[in-house]
Amino acid sequence: MAVCIAVIAKENYPLYIRSVPTQNELKFHYTVHTSLDVVEEKISAVGKAMADQRELYLGLLYPTEDYKVYGYVTNSKMFRKLHNSFTDVMCNPFYNPGDTIQSKAFDGMVSAMMVQAS
Amino acid sequence: MMSPTQWDLPPELCCRPMAFVALTGLDVTYNAIHRAIWDAFCANRRADRVPISFKVLPGDHEYPKCRTKRTSYEWYIPKGILKTGWMNKHLNLVPALVVLFYELDWDDPVWKEKQSECATKVEIVRTSLQGRNTKVAVVLIQKKTPLPPGEDLVASERAASLCNACDLSGKSLFVLPHTDHLVGYIIRLENAFYEHAQTYYYTEIRRVKSHKEFLNKTTHQLLFVRHQFKIAFFSELKQDTQNALKYYRTAYSLVHELRTHETNMLEIKTMAGFTNYKICRLCFQHNTPLDAIAQFRKHIDLCKKKIGSAELAFEHTAWMSKQFQSFGDLFDEAIKLGLTAIQTQNPGFYYQQAAYYAQERKQQAAHMCAHEVRYPTPDPLETLSGALDFYGQRAWRQGHQSIDPPDAEKEKVGIQALQVKEKDVPHSELIIALLSNAVAQFKKYKCPRMKSHLMVQMGEEYYHAKDYTKALKLLDYVMCDYRTERWWSLLTSILGTALRCSYLMAHVKDYITYSMELIGRASTLWEDQKSRIEKNLIKVLMNEVPEAEPDCDPASAKAAQALWSDRVSLAGSNRFTIEVQDYVPFGQFILLLQCKLHLYLKADCPHPVRFSKLCVSLSNQEYNQFCVVEESCKSQDILEPLSQENMCLVPGKTRKYSFKFVAKTEDVGKKIEITAVDLMLGTDNGRCVLLNWRGGGGDAASSHEAIQAARSFRSRGRVPEQHAQWDTVSIQASTMIISRVPKISVQLSHKPPALSNEMYCICVSIQSNEKTVAKDVKLTAGLKPGQDANLTQSTQVTLNGLEVCDESHPALLPDIAIGDLQPGEKVHPLLISDETVTIETVVPFDVAMKFVSTKFEHLERVYVDVPFLLMTDILSASPWPLHLVSSQLLLAPTMVALDEPQSQVEHVVLQTGECASECFSLQCPPVLNGTSSVASGQYLISWKRKSSCADAPVVTTVVTLSHVMVETIPLYVHAELPSFGRVRESLPVRYHIQNRTGLVQDVEMSVEPSDAFMFSGLKQVRLRILPGAEHEMLYNFYPLMAGYQNLPLLNISLLRFPTVSGQLLRRFLPSRIFVKPQGRQAEDASIAAA
Repeated sequence: MAVCIAVIAKENYPLYIRSVPTQNELKFHYTVHTSLDVVEEKISAVGKAMADQRELYLGLLYPTEDYKVYGYVTNSKMFRKLHNSFTDVMCNPFYNPGDTIQSKAFDGMVSAMMVQAS
Repeated sequence: MMSPTQWDLPPELCCRPMAFVALTGLDVTYNAIHRAIWDAFCANRRADRVPISFKVLPGDHEYPKCRTKRTSYEWYIPKGILKTGWMNKHLNLVPALVVLFYELDWDDPVWKEKQSECATKVEIVRTSLQGRNTKVAVVLIQKKTPLPPGEDLVASERAASLCNACDLSGKSLFVLPHTDHLVGYIIRLENAFYEHAQTYYYTEIRRVKSHKEFLNKTTHQLLFVRHQFKIAFFSELKQDTQNALKYYRTAYSLVHELRTHETNMLEIKTMAGFTNYKICRLCFQHNTPLDAIAQFRKHIDLCKKKIGSAELAFEHTAWMSKQFQSFGDLFDEAIKLGLTAIQTQNPGFYYQQAAYYAQERKQQAAHMCAHEVRYPTPDPLETLSGALDFYGQRAWRQGHQSIDPPDAEKEKVGIQALQVKEKDVPHSELIIALLSNAVAQFKKYKCPRMKSHLMVQMGEEYYHAKDYTKALKLLDYVMCDYRTERWWSLLTSILGTALRCSYLMAHVKDYITYSMELIGRASTLWEDQKSRIEKNLIKVLMNEVPEAEPDCDPASAKAAQALWSDRVSLAGSNRFTIEVQDYVPFGQFILLLQCKLHLYLKADCPHPVRFSKLCVSLSNQEYNQFCVVEESCKSQDILEPLSQENMCLVPGKTRKYSFKFVAKTEDVGKKIEITAVDLMLGTDNGRCVLLNWRGGGGDAASSHEAIQAARSFRSRGRVPEQHAQWDTVSIQASTMIISRVPKISVQLSHKPPALSNEMYCICVSIQSNEKTVAKDVKLTAGLKPGQDANLTQSTQVTLNGLEVCDESHPALLPDIAIGDLQPGEKVHPLLISDETVTIETVVPFDVAMKFVSTKFEHLERVYVDVPFLLMTDILSASPWPLHLVSSQLLLAPTMVALDEPQSQVEHVVLQTGECASECFSLQCPPVLNGTSSVASGQYLISWKRKSSCADAPVVTTVVTLSHVMVETIPLYVHAELPSFGRVRESLPVRYHIQNRTGLVQDVEMSVEPSDAFMFSGLKQVRLRILPGAEHEMLYNFYPLMAGYQNLPLLNISLLRFPTVSGQLLRRFLPSRIFVKPQGRQAEDASIAAA
């Protein structure tokens, strides 16, 4: 189960970020932010090598001691759910692309994916 | 550098083990030869030389005593895993080989004595090495170059005898001739030494292995580890790294098979760490970095939970930190030797993790060592030897391997001592060093965000270490990264630390800056926190001491209060200018439009803000005075701002200020830019802060917000007029001042197309519709510059309508001063109004000319002294009627007119397409040589446009007439005959034949008969004409028929000039004549035949 889920805009700022409340929230934010280094590097490498084959799966980003950080994964159910929910958010005519996500449905879905705080 | 701590790996573990060879019998201080030999061994050792560490020892050096060999392990209980001195002993104390150097030549006179002395020395060494397998070798230093082996019989005999005396095998006796090739001999020697050393370590490995059969698994577990470690270490000394790795791996798994309990946990971890270090090191050395990483991960996973004593938990984190650090070092070292690392796998991660454990350690230390306890006496950490016997054991219970500590009281005191000691560890220093190591690595592997994150941690660590200046420097550095990336949550947290730093240092300016950003919209703080910060900010503005930040160390906060009080009492340095462009405090926008300036201000802080001055600086500072709002306020106003006031910003509401000014004329064509907007908070007499926005305002967040707002559906519709929707305003920081289009009308009246060469008249009328007087009106008229050069040269302009232009007139008349233009006044010529007229130009007429004979026959050439006609045709091509005033023929000297030429086209008006012709009778005087081309002259036509006003100037167009060929002829004939004849009436015809040569001419003439005429006269005659003379022939023709009749042909042939044919001469003669029918009327006046 996930402890932190974040959706990041293409300009690298967070559209949505949520972590389990029991832990140090800031630490997760930093972890997400630093893992963008790898995302950036992977995306730019993909851009060079194979522009057409858009590989959404970025895999394990950072092997940190305590957690594993994964980039967008389409081939697991968990991320497909997240993607679908994100698509729903984007389809909302009242949502302005680039704004932070404030959606109850999205919140609920993310909560379901996370480690349940006891 | 920090002094080595308990946790640093011992140097003998980290070095590369090399075979130890001791050299004795060398006096390197006083003997130059010995010195040279020693230098050859140890100086400048290159990598390709065998790995041996040499040491010079005296001949009677005492080597470590060898303990008596144990025959049975039955009752032996080991006290620890590895003795602390063991590695060093085999690296530096117990040699694999002792070499005795001895000066002895084969032919030494006192051979016997020397031989026995040498044997004694060997014996001394042997005694000292009692019980060890260390080899002994003897090197004879000789002055003479030895003969090839086998040739020197004395040498081989004495060598054998020496070996015998010293109890040496022949392989252990060497000869070192002290000659030029010393280094070469030395290299051969050391290779031989190396072989001996390898044999020694091989036997050592065998010896340790042989112990195994005596061990049992219950009591001798520690020995299994020890022996494996030793075998591996000896293998390394033997340079057999593959086997060394194998044995270390076995040792490593054996360590983890040991029973662990609180008392031996540290020892096990220490040994596990050592073995792990060796394994990783060898893996990197074998260029299998993935094996190294896998081993390290395994090691960490196995040891992570082996915390040991809870009261000494900081020891575990210290150890963990060290594990990561030393792996990072190994990794980094391997990279320096050519290994390539990647973004997600580089030493930085290990340093980062090391730093993380160091931070943990610090926290645990702070937690566990908080109690005030004095260091216990006697020192429980002191041992008899000053060092521990075994790695990883406790000083107060060395060699103890039972599960429970032997003495609970001692244990307690020992732990206490360790805790007190831990207090003195410079934790922050350690953490910062590790973090900066990690930063350097992440910088190298393109991880800017990781780098920023680590720098934040460094900054926070500096903050904890109370080095606020360094902390602020680091935090400031990364703040803008987070700001541009728009990670507000992280930015807020950094700002919080920075605010505390600036508070504790009482840095007023920084404090204000951070406060403003923290209460701004980028901050993710809760309203109550923002409110608290803003209240503090207001206090600072009122020159008071702000409340302490929460989470500040109470002692430091107290010190800070004092600092602030000092700041308050200082009168000066109370003005601050803060560049807010790069922060996200308030928002501000500007719209500049036609010298009307709208300034929108919005505050995002929780409380209303009162400011005392707002001014806009423009690129031309003269306008600045128009763009100021100022209202002095009492310090009371800052506290209690009235939201209705003009100078008050209500949170979330947009306030609009409009300024107006009139652009100066010198700024026409320039760009006016807003260079800065200043907002003054506070008062001049209290503390005052000038917020300065560069350019058109906005801040680090606003450009993105503007984009989002533009996309948003909310931007459309329902905009309350006073509080104009913030999002809809876009920054326009500059405007172009252009001159207004003058209210002046210019009318040009003219009649195109213009005729070339004509004085084309254009009437310009200018009318000013301005309300005021237009001053210094100037007109520039003429050809538009930049056109074809020929056109510029051939076009002239004049203001005087009656004058005819010539070359002296320019093509452009610039800046014709017209003076002032009264409103409504109508003046010819004007102001900066640009009018370009394209005038089509047509050629007014074509002049064609031709030379014809008197018979109107076209002439290719004319003949000297023979009259001919020049005909000119003027064909009008102008759309306007042309008035030809007159025409004139200016003849060249080579032509003469036969009569006074008078213009025949005077005052003729030509309509389009009409043609006027003239005819002049001319003659050419003789030319020098037979034929030549002569100029004819010029034809002048004076004309003007018929339609234009009467006083328009007359233009004279000059047409140059073409050249013509003139030819001299030898004979000239012309006839004299009436203009017409009448049927049956005599028609006298007189032919004149002229000799134009200087010779007598024989001429044959004949008249051919004709049906139309009868005639009388000489039909055929041959005559002579003298030079220059003329002969006359008279014929009487009698016409028989009416109408045009061909005259009888006259044939003339010149005998001297056969080229001059009758045909040519016949040209000069009329060929026919009109014959009237017979009538009764009387003859009238004759009509010109032509």
